Amino acid sequence: MNELIFFVNKVLISGMVLGSIYALGAVGITLIFGILRFAHFAHGDVMTLGAFVTFILTSFASAMAASMGIVTPIPVPILVLPFAMAISAVLVLGIDWGFYAPLRKRGAKPVTLLIASIGVALMIQGVIRLFSGVGSRTFYVDAPKTIFRFDMSFLGATRKIIVTEPQFWMVGLTLVSVLALHFFLTRSRLGKGMRAMADNAALAQVSGINTQLVIRVTWIIAGALACLAGTMLALDVTLKPDLAFNIILPIFAAAIVGGLGHSYGAIAGGFLVGFAETMSVFNWAVLLRPFKGALPEWIPNDLSIVPTEYKLTVAFTILIIVLLVKPTGMFKGVGS
Amino acid sequence: MALVKLDNIEAGYGGAPILKGINMEIEASDIGVIVGPNGAGKSTALKAIFGLLDVTSGAITFHGENITNALPDKLVPKGLSFVPQEHNVFTSMSVNENLEMGAFIREDDFSDSLTSIYDMFPPLKEKRNQDAGELSGGQRQMVAMGRALMSKPTLLLLDEPSAGLSPRYVLEIFEQIVKVNASGVGILMVEQNAQQALAFASKGFVLANGQNRFTGTGKELLADPEVAKSFLGG
Repeated sequence: MNELIFFVNKVLISGMVLGSIYALGAVGITLIFGILRFAHFAHGDVMTLGAFVTFILTSFASAMAASMGIVTPIPVPILVLPFAMAISAVLVLGIDWGFYAPLRKRGAKPVTLLIASIGVALMIQGVIRLFSGVGSRTFYVDAPKTIFRFDMSFLGATRKIIVTEPQFWMVGLTLVSVLALHFFLTRSRLGKGMRAMADNAALAQVSGINTQLVIRVTWIIAGALACLAGTMLALDVTLKPDLAFNIILPIFAAAIVGGLGHSYGAIAGGFLVGFAETMSVFNWAVLLRPFKGALPEWIPNDLSIVPTEYKLTVAFTILIIVLLVKPTGMFKGVGS
Repeated sequence: MALVKLDNIEAGYGGAPILKGINMEIEASDIGVIVGPNGAGKSTALKAIFGLLDVTSGAITFHGENITNALPDKLVPKGLSFVPQEHNVFTSMSVNENLEMGAFIREDDFSDSLTSIYDMFPPLKEKRNQDAGELSGGQRQMVAMGRALMSKPTLLLLDEPSAGLSPRYVLEIFEQIVKVNASGVGILMVEQNAQQALAFASKGFVLANGQNRFTGTGKELLADPEVAKSFLGG
């Protein structure tokens, strides 16, 4: 039984957490691609930026709460998250206004915008390093992370299912955001207008849909979700200037696997890549341990599919397989 | 006063002008049909009215107001609607959502418009929750026209509504166009099925090489031996 609990901790919970982060990032990338038709390479750094915004707000709020002697029932980073998401949305609107909108106005090709976004990525990282230095920070200075341990002794296991508080929040908030996005895209007029523009921009314009407004809403949603994803990642590990730059490639893989321009595809792709990564570094021999006596000698002690250091290759393997079998992605994506 | 008037329009895509001085006039009661050989500038004329390309000289007035080079998101609220020839439905959205997108600019309740579109095109009602991309060519054309009518236009521009349709659907679409016109919407359309379209046109424009060649009622043009010989295949 202990082996199964180990599997739940290492694969299911980690996969959910990683999948949530990938999904939230990939939704932003896929929305931006659907509306503006370019791969936004700075999205990882927008996530990092969002995490730093949350960090700054958290420092202020914690100091204020401490001076007034208030103990918040939910963790301060989660409490300030809505404000951080709003600030991040404004920041990405500013980035669009300053860097991408002028290029669009000149009729720049998607590849030009893509290269501009790489520039923006480096710039955001540079600005963060300028103000915070290159070191890692943690949200948990005063108090340690709360860790929930679920006793599984009724199943005859001595190990416990372990979920940290940020992980708990992360998965919950991802579900809430995905649901909110779903209702926005299928029920609201503006959401439908966004889908219309992603489907056929020329016809959307002909229908009188305010395309400038749709573009702004796209950035607001992508920026807010990126802030959420970045904060969650920083809560789960540590906060550093290249926090999300390192995972931008699996996030792109998730968006492409799901079918670029397709929001549900991006979410599914995010979880697929997340679970695939945790499953492929998991040592499957652990699950065979209880049957060790009955199994032949030659079965090795390490049955993980790839070593942990090669985790990144998993996303690309999935990407290549999906592109070979179904080039439009799991869901049908939009053309470029 | 004319519903829409093109006064000596020159327009193109930035290079040499495609329209070289076009004149047209349509009343609210009119069905105007533009015919002519390939490359005559028929679709270009519609796009020029709808602000989809640069008008370099001349003026377009709509209800007496100058709308030269105004953009579509300003024109739709003024009562202009355009059905492109191709890619004229949102393929990943349901029929109902396609129609809703046509009413994007409307702040009022548009449920009565939805009902009247479904009455006009009964096949769409059964497929209202199906993706428009799954429909047949004729049904797509109905969705495209329905979408354009949802903004309650006073002038409907149609770019080859019968292109690629089976003869049965061509007739059905033409009948609907006549009905829409009878409900008080001016029509200006480009058509390859020149004979059929001119038969019900109250105004016909023959364009060639970016210029007006013949103008008259549909019947006059059909009866004109020169038009028949040069443009209607004898």
